[in-house]
Amino acid sequence: MNRVHLARIAGAYGVVLALALLILFGYLRYDNFLSPFNIMSVLRYNSMFALVALGMCFVIMTGGIDLSVGTVAALGSVTAAYASPYGPLAGIGAGVGVGLFVGLINALLITRMHIMPFIATLATMLAASGSALLFANNRSVPVSYQSGFTELGQGNFLGLPIPAIIAAIAFILGWLVLNYTATGRGVLAVGGSEESAKLMGLPADRIKTLVYVASGGLAGLAGVILAAQFGAGQPIEGVGWELFAIASVVVGGTLLTGGVGSVGATLAGVLLLGILFTVLNFENGLGWISLSAYWQSVIRGAFLLIVVILQARLVPDRTVHQ
Amino acid sequence: MTDAVRPLSPQRRALNPFELLARYGTVLALVLLLLFNLVFTPNFATLQTLNVNLTQVCTIVIVAVGMTLVIATGGIDLSVGSLMAISGALAPMVFMSKLFPIGNIYLAVALAIIIAVGVATLLGLFNGWLIARFRIQPIIATLVLFIAGRGIAQVMTNGQLQTFRVPEFQFIGLGRVLGIPFQVIVMVILVAIAAWVIRKTVFGRQILAIGGNERASGLSGVAVKKVKLAVYAISGFCAGIAGLVVIAINSSSDANLVGLGMELDAIAAVAVGGTLLSGGRALIIGTLLGALTIQLVRYTLLANGVPDSAAQVALAVIIVLAVWIQQRGKSE
Repeated sequence: MNRVHLARIAGAYGVVLALALLILFGYLRYDNFLSPFNIMSVLRYNSMFALVALGMCFVIMTGGIDLSVGTVAALGSVTAAYASPYGPLAGIGAGVGVGLFVGLINALLITRMHIMPFIATLATMLAASGSALLFANNRSVPVSYQSGFTELGQGNFLGLPIPAIIAAIAFILGWLVLNYTATGRGVLAVGGSEESAKLMGLPADRIKTLVYVASGGLAGLAGVILAAQFGAGQPIEGVGWELFAIASVVVGGTLLTGGVGSVGATLAGVLLLGILFTVLNFENGLGWISLSAYWQSVIRGAFLLIVVILQARLVPDRTVHQ
Repeated sequence: MTDAVRPLSPQRRALNPFELLARYGTVLALVLLLLFNLVFTPNFATLQTLNVNLTQVCTIVIVAVGMTLVIATGGIDLSVGSLMAISGALAPMVFMSKLFPIGNIYLAVALAIIIAVGVATLLGLFNGWLIARFRIQPIIATLVLFIAGRGIAQVMTNGQLQTFRVPEFQFIGLGRVLGIPFQVIVMVILVAIAAWVIRKTVFGRQILAIGGNERASGLSGVAVKKVKLAVYAISGFCAGIAGLVVIAINSSSDANLVGLGMELDAIAAVAVGGTLLSGGRALIIGTLLGALTIQLVRYTLLANGVPDSAAQVALAVIIVLAVWIQQRGKSE
């Protein structure tokens, strides 16, 4: 077993272990921490980030990056809000559709014009943000409450929050694609070494196109849920989501150099960073200390720091050969 | 990207059109923008327009100078905006004697500047340490302070606005020397020093060598770790100064807003200026021109009634085009 595998296992199990410890800590320390209401609201709120992180996970596994997801979610929330009077499906179509479109632009910039993913998606990030503000006229766009659209964010099905169910389905599909399909193996091969993947006859450009389009679509879907959950399309939301998603993916043990990754650990990474925030709220509720909400970014940053240093120690050579 | 060693100086051979465009495209774009404005934008050729544009572009250029050096080594620094917030939050705390009492206002301002910029430099050094010591990818290593840094600034100020009226300090952002805004002078000095360092010093050559091929330069005796530490520290230093300029102009410091999104503005300026993100090249003057172009595009669109949101879309197109032209120019 080489060190990359070791890092992957440590990353995947480490994050699940840390998540379990954090939940145990919360359960022992606070009343109501594992109350149905709290669990449901944590799942409902974090499902948006989970969707974005899932797309990011696939992009990063190919060795790329997608900075546009946050503003694409904002754009998706605006288009979904406009389509919301025509029902939930129309809302999903409008939000996901615009996300797929931006994803396709990313893919074309990267595979046809050979612009580095960082710059290509930085540009579409600006463009999506500008478009969201243009479409929304610099305001938030109220959604229709009559058409059932808001169920996508606020509703329950079989006692579970609908956005969490959507995210769970997306993750199961992602897990199946990564582990049981040729495409999934292709994603990892392209990330491991694009040259070799091409020499083996893998359609590297098609695989890359696929992951960026998927990432855009998932970001659009996150935007649909955002609009449905908060009752409005929000053109200025989504700032910094891309970096939160990257942090979740990295905390989950997926290496930024590509070629290695885990869908499940990414989900654990999202929940871990999300639940840190909940724990902070409960801690303040106890009244012993009073940490402002500003501490959450400090704690998240510190957490990310610990994880990346641990990862770096386990795989000392990986980045050098890239 | 290829990892072939790039020549340190441009080779002399016949230029293709893309190469010409890549080399002089930014200048051409600037000239065209100026001509367009002279014809169509009312009251363009005034000192006031010049001042407005220069003061707005200053902080971006200051940060982008440090960013250019970082990118030339093949790295990136996402933390600059957060470091600006920290520097901007610290300085008022010092010169308003919130941390410790200081009698003399000049001493207080001097200390404030030294402490704020010093802390930003140290945090930049911390970035460099993560990258050089643990070989963490720059984008992830600087993501740590991107996330935590603004939080630190917010925690220090409890998220509250610090307002002040201290002319001795605000000279940085509002003062003039011989009619030239002081921050413009700071910008010009930083640009000049950086351009000189890249062209004339061993350190500059080492930066380019590392960006061209890190392993080869390490094998040929370049102290890779030290150079990396230094460039990230310089980037932190530049961000620290930019943070001070911003709060001096605003007469207030808001940890939630100072430097927000600056990393992207600076990276865009560097990319439009012709420095490739893969490293090995550093065009400081290009970065200056890149920042000016972006600023002038924004100004032109706004002055002619195009909303800011549409200007953003235009900017995205310009960034893509600029980078694409430069890549074509280089690969052929």
